[in-house]
Amino acid sequence: MDALILQILNGLDKGSAYALIALGLTLIFGTLGVVNFAHGALFMIGAFCAVSLSKLLQFSYVTIDETQKDFLGNPLKVETPYIESWFGPELGASIIDWSVPLSILLAIPVMILVGLIMERGLIKHFYKREHADQILVTFGLAIVLQEIVKYYFGANPIQTPPPDALMGVSNLGAWFGFDLPYPNWRIVYFCFSALVITGVFAFLQFTTFGMVVRAGMADRETVGLLGIDIDKRFTVMFAIAACVAGLAGVMYAPINPPNYHMGMDFLVLSFVVVVVGGMGSLPGAVLAGFLLGILESFASTTWATTTLPGINQIIIYLVAIIVLLTRPRGLMGRKGVMEE
Amino acid sequence: MSKTNYTRRGVLKTGAVAGAGVALPTIFTAQSAAAYTNEPTGSTVTLGFNVPQTGPYADEGSDELLAQQLAVEHLNGMGDGGCLNTFSSKALKGNGILGKKVEFVTGDTQTKSDAARASAKSMIEKDGAVMINGGSSSGVAVAVQGLCQEAGVIFMAGLTHANDTTGKDRKANGFRHFFNAYMSGAALAPVLAKEMGNDRNAYHLTADYNWGWTQEESIVASTEALGWNTVNTVKTPLASTDFSSYIAPILNSGADTLVLNHYGGNMINSLTNAVQFGLLDKVVNGKDFKIVVPLYSELMAAGAGENIKGVLGSMNYNWQLQNEGSKQFVKSFGEKYGKPPSNSAQTCYAQVLLYADACERAGTFDPCGVAAALENFEFDGLGNGKTLYRADDHQCFKDVLVVRGAQNPTNAYDTLEIVEVTPADQVTYAPNHPMFGGDEATLGTCNSGT
Repeated sequence: MDALILQILNGLDKGSAYALIALGLTLIFGTLGVVNFAHGALFMIGAFCAVSLSKLLQFSYVTIDETQKDFLGNPLKVETPYIESWFGPELGASIIDWSVPLSILLAIPVMILVGLIMERGLIKHFYKREHADQILVTFGLAIVLQEIVKYYFGANPIQTPPPDALMGVSNLGAWFGFDLPYPNWRIVYFCFSALVITGVFAFLQFTTFGMVVRAGMADRETVGLLGIDIDKRFTVMFAIAACVAGLAGVMYAPINPPNYHMGMDFLVLSFVVVVVGGMGSLPGAVLAGFLLGILESFASTTWATTTLPGINQIIIYLVAIIVLLTRPRGLMGRKGVMEE
Repeated sequence: MSKTNYTRRGVLKTGAVAGAGVALPTIFTAQSAAAYTNEPTGSTVTLGFNVPQTGPYADEGSDELLAQQLAVEHLNGMGDGGCLNTFSSKALKGNGILGKKVEFVTGDTQTKSDAARASAKSMIEKDGAVMINGGSSSGVAVAVQGLCQEAGVIFMAGLTHANDTTGKDRKANGFRHFFNAYMSGAALAPVLAKEMGNDRNAYHLTADYNWGWTQEESIVASTEALGWNTVNTVKTPLASTDFSSYIAPILNSGADTLVLNHYGGNMINSLTNAVQFGLLDKVVNGKDFKIVVPLYSELMAAGAGENIKGVLGSMNYNWQLQNEGSKQFVKSFGEKYGKPPSNSAQTCYAQVLLYADACERAGTFDPCGVAAALENFEFDGLGNGKTLYRADDHQCFKDVLVVRGAQNPTNAYDTLEIVEVTPADQVTYAPNHPMFGGDEATLGTCNSGT
């Protein structure tokens, strides 16, 4: 029983990342009609916002310690972060320790800026082009962004640990009388994802801006005829989608050490999530994200891999085939999207 | 009105004779002038360094390339001479190889077999490389070794740990200085018994490709010989990034030891996930839960950060070794690049010097002469201590290091500490060992490309 719940939790956790990326993809597709293959790269840039802030906070001055030797036998160069000398060792160390949550403050403006530059600088020129052209140009952009990150940060994954207070494991089953250890940061990640998803839905549902965007997604032409500059609003939505992907990346950094390729690892699966959820459907993207996350998690159990060897590698695609055969528009797909 | 006497048949005959006449000298020169592939005729000789310059192992490839460049510098008499000062063979004089200045070209393996073969082929055919060195993957090593065998050049493997490279896929033109999975198991077993006892239940997570399988097979064999029980062996896709769903079942499996047969990013992520789930804080069967990473590298250790504290593994070389060759290499590398060398850098450096030395001793660049000079060659002074290049399978036999993630690192490079230096005879096996292809595995015959 506890093993079952553990896999569900793992699935929800993995599904959180899928859902956040797929939500952004769907927002962009639903508003601008663009298939954005650079969306995984936005997730990766978000994670590297956390890496960058962590490195920035650890920017150090060097003192020579004559009592210790380096690997060449020379006096050891001891690095002390400036922040520790400015705020004192304890407070300085605490600020460095909390660098990942603090990165959210950095990531929001950075991701909005990156989103705006990406949309205004490149993607807007491809609105009226074939989807194949959009895929090619955004895929190319993703590779460029990857290589830039690799140039500055290297190809090796970079450890970006969570704050000490949020490390470790909590026994979630203690209240119910069984053993269910689960990493604290993964619980934080799930809660954070739920918060972001709720925030995006609330924004679209309860604000005038969101109402106009939803109307634009349903019938862009009519909204335009009413004198509303829907393009400007859609550009903002692109920036918001970039921000959602970036925040997903920031908080994911302590789960698996970021590397330049992490966006690509999520991208393909996130597209499958979008298709299974239904093109253009925001609730569909979220539902499919969590659903496929849980299924993938169960398919990786020992029981599943011994019963059906290789099932862990194909489960998501298998489900995608079954869903598309039985519900061609996906779980919650809207009529008319990508059907003309 | 003019009339020509040309006929179609006449033109064809004349063309054929003229074509044969033009081609004949080339055919003869191609066959007769070059005694072997890419025989150097000028004042230089070209080596091909095939390392991952892009892709997930690009940092490892970059370190290999630094070491290879350093080796070329030392061969050409520049810098401080490095291990030419400590090498037991005194054939190298710092005047290139056989009096020819050493030049090099580089290729990008991308850690993909087809890309690695293409770049090696280009270096051999277009740049005239007489030897190919480098790489960070066993799949790449086996693929490039096969190509070098066909092309008639020597392959001095870089980082490749699968048994197959000098096992069932061994080749007469291929040589491996790096240790292998069997050696990891043989070196680790006594330390595991000493530190963890003979009554353990091990759970293996294994990267689902050739190297992972051979490492799992080797570690299972050596730990079961100790009396350990193997609870489960689970294959994980190479493309996996999150291992949480593989870690979770371990919690209820009854296992008290996790063996991670992963390398690179796989290892960094699986170890990070295992530590996140609190495995190292658990007590199972009355014992503290332990994690073992049979193959370590410095870059992996740096990537895994604090998670590797206390975790045991094995290495081909570590810069903290205090023999004369190691001290000299660390000094040369450290002064030039400002950091200590990784074990992939050391193996590439040693391989380049070993190749050059073999050419000098053989008095030729002919691959068959070089191979003969390398076979059963015993040497010292390159960092690993006394080493033998066994003739039967072209595998180096030397001490193997058992290392542990440092508990209290004092600097960025102090990530691993040496627990034990396992003597070479303890990791030596028969050339026809079942894990290495048995009696059917043969080197074949040397190919010089003529």
